[in-house]
Amino acid sequence: MPSLKDLKNRINSVKSTQKITKAMKMVAASKLRRAQEAAEAARPYAERMEAVLSGLGASVANQPGGSPLLVGNGSNDVHLVVVATSERGLCGGFNTSIVRAAQAKIDQLIADGKTVKILCVGKKGYAVLKGRYGKKIIDVVDLSEVKKLGFSDAQAISQRLLKMYEDGEFDVCSLFFAKFQSALVQIVTEQQLIPTPIPEVAEGEEEADLKGAIYEYEPGQEEILDTILPRNVGVQVYKALLENAASEQGARMTAMDNATRNAGDMIDRLTTVYNRSRQAAITTELVEIIAGAEAL
Amino acid sequence: MSQALHFELVSPERLLMDADVASVVVPGTDGDFQVLPNHAPVMSTIRTGIITVDMGGEVKELFVNGGFAEVNSKGLVILAEEAIAKEDMSKADIEQRIANAKEDIADAQTAERRLHAEQELAHYESMLSALN
Repeated sequence: MPSLKDLKNRINSVKSTQKITKAMKMVAASKLRRAQEAAEAARPYAERMEAVLSGLGASVANQPGGSPLLVGNGSNDVHLVVVATSERGLCGGFNTSIVRAAQAKIDQLIADGKTVKILCVGKKGYAVLKGRYGKKIIDVVDLSEVKKLGFSDAQAISQRLLKMYEDGEFDVCSLFFAKFQSALVQIVTEQQLIPTPIPEVAEGEEEADLKGAIYEYEPGQEEILDTILPRNVGVQVYKALLENAASEQGARMTAMDNATRNAGDMIDRLTTVYNRSRQAAITTELVEIIAGAEAL
Repeated sequence: MSQALHFELVSPERLLMDADVASVVVPGTDGDFQVLPNHAPVMSTIRTGIITVDMGGEVKELFVNGGFAEVNSKGLVILAEEAIAKEDMSKADIEQRIANAKEDIADAQTAERRLHAEQELAHYESMLSALN
């Protein structure tokens, strides 16, 4: 039986934990709003890019000698898996679920006899993955000092990927991140970055876009494709990182909300125990006094 | 305006402009071209420079840094890597930044930092040349 003082200390410590989780929840909520706005603001660009790409890609895709970014470099042996996670913990199952999905894919690739390389974005994923795939991890991109995620951050990553691709360090690149759906639901998504899959054109859109007209290309169709494709990789990475940031805050908000509620329950329980033992102590004391008086 | 060109300017960070305008002058890689309503479909890469938007009398100038333009039956869409309204940039400010970047290159301790500063310098210099 813990003493009254122990119980009191315990209650106070849970109370201060609850204060912290509550504060974290509120911070996450406000950050979530900002992250969500950023993700929404980036959407038009990505959408336009996709529309342009699907229009262009469809006409070029079937021709031989297309850009390696579009049709691949012919082999399919070395896979680069980019795992985007958060820089901070305490966000529920966010990092775990991304890492789990990535692990499943990596194990599958290894079982198929492929060579796997891993690039971690965010140190939380690295912390988990290094135990299992230590030597396969080629590097970690640290974004912990980035306050507001800008396009340049994503571009730095994509430029690096493109450089590696040009140098023939991998054949296929896929990216793991969590797509933001709501504060409660984040969907872990795998996206192939290189070679770029051609997005399907929605039927209605196609008619509106083409209307029988033939595009004029300046300088030339291939030159344009050559500039768009690398840029598209950057845009996709940027989009994924923004989605990830929003998901992280959403997951943290939910996790902290739960933690706050659990702390509240715990305080209630401990307070009941505390009151009971206080009453028991008083009763014992009274019984002792009465017994003492009667004995006289 | 019965004849209006639907113009959208998008940067990766946000949608900067979405309006019906009279005409837009685009700095294409192969030379500037003007887009009027009912322009034939064109797709072009753009170089760093100024796009001039004629909003039916009022003229707006924006600085864009790389990207591409697409004209289709719905209008003109410019996807720019970066876009800033010209009135938001002052020559003195950019010159100051160029001086700062040059200093950074001189002080840079690591190769990485130097590279970063050099990129910045090139960026601001292209801005300045576009302004002149």
